[in-house]
Amino acid sequence: MENVRELLIILISSSLVSNVVLSQFLGLCPFLGVSKKINTAAGMGGAIIFVITLSSAIAGVIYRFVLTPFHMEYLQTIVFILVIAALVQFVEMFLKKFVKPLYQALGVYLPLITTNCAVLGVALTNVQKEYGILAGTVNGFATALGFMIAIVILAGLREKMAYNDIPESFKGMPSVLLTAGLMAIAFCGFSGLL
Amino acid sequence: MKENSALERLYNGIAKENPTFVLMLGMCPTLAVTTSAINGLGMGLTTAVVLTLSNLIISLLRKVIPDKVRIPAFIVIIASFVTIVQLLLEGYLPDLNEALGVYIPLIVVNCIILGRAEAYAYTHGPVSSLFDGIGMGLGFTVALTCIGMVRELLGSGKLFGFTVMPGSFTPIVIFVLAPGAFFVLAILSALQNFVKIQGEKRGKDMSKIGSGCGHDCLHCMDESCADNRNKVFSETEDEKRTRREERQKEKEEDSIELIDLDEEDE
Repeated sequence: MENVRELLIILISSSLVSNVVLSQFLGLCPFLGVSKKINTAAGMGGAIIFVITLSSAIAGVIYRFVLTPFHMEYLQTIVFILVIAALVQFVEMFLKKFVKPLYQALGVYLPLITTNCAVLGVALTNVQKEYGILAGTVNGFATALGFMIAIVILAGLREKMAYNDIPESFKGMPSVLLTAGLMAIAFCGFSGLL
Repeated sequence: MKENSALERLYNGIAKENPTFVLMLGMCPTLAVTTSAINGLGMGLTTAVVLTLSNLIISLLRKVIPDKVRIPAFIVIIASFVTIVQLLLEGYLPDLNEALGVYIPLIVVNCIILGRAEAYAYTHGPVSSLFDGIGMGLGFTVALTCIGMVRELLGSGKLFGFTVMPGSFTPIVIFVLAPGAFFVLAILSALQNFVKIQGEKRGKDMSKIGSGCGHDCLHCMDESCADNRNKVFSETEDEKRTRREERQKEKEEDSIELIDLDEEDE
């Protein structure tokens, strides 16, 4: 029971309280770049959930069964980035060959996240916080879920804002960043949850 | 200044193509660690060291690395230096290491470093690559320190940890929190847009100024990013020169037309 409680706390804190984009600033590029429409934003969110959950599980296994026994923890950065890059390529090939519908839904977004800092960030945070393999995977899933929540909300807001009359200098990126800032204030409210 | 000379590279990195203020690259660390000036300075210098060393090594190895696997090779070289720097920080500056946390290993995926490796070090000699790294690194450091100073001053009334604002100043705490980072960056990129629009009105070439996306320009496919990517990755010196010449020619043609019109009026 204690274990489940711990996992639930990780789930809530990683997805809402310390949101990956709005308070950790990881994965900003897809967050700002692929958030023009709700559909594409949701697709991107799905791809991120898929990749981060899988990669944090595999990074956890490698850290536990390869790096720790050989006392090579200091190599974590190099090993993780290579494993993640290879994993994303492999997943893309696998989906293309065997799971066509999933590939059509997520495939275009996969190459965008090969060297995304959120993916590497989660793997490193798991090690830093000394999560086990299960807790690390849950943390990865929760982080990615938080990303999806944030990007879908931002896309909704941007769709509404598209035809507004904005001062010339604030068109494009500045207005999106201001929106993200306001969302970050709203997400500060979650810090009372835990 | 002679092209690719040491001095020209330094000037280029710090002012002309400043990675943060002009190109708008590597936004994750820019937002995350600039809660105080000292953190910004620390992050900037750490990145500068990695950038300089990786530029030098990649430039030395540029004839050995096969074209097809160059990106993984770059990543391994960069990651090695990041690991070295991280271990050094852990040993000698544990406070800074604690403050910057996970953002130190994340230097690996910083767009500036991979971008310079691909755009400059892989095609130029070791000396100019070394100075390119130093220039870009210092440009990044200056930018992060400036942003950190603004945020620290507004958010806590301090500068490098010393209280400088009068006692009657109420700190605007939000500027050291996460939302403040977005607001500061929004204002920064609005200013950039303003300069760009004003410059274009006067007919200057403003295409260098980035639109502010941030990360992973290698794989991002957004329009603004594709723009960034072309700017960073594919434009070689020769292409730049032909583009400049073309623009010059266009300008000349325009002025000739104007003269013709003037004559007709008379």
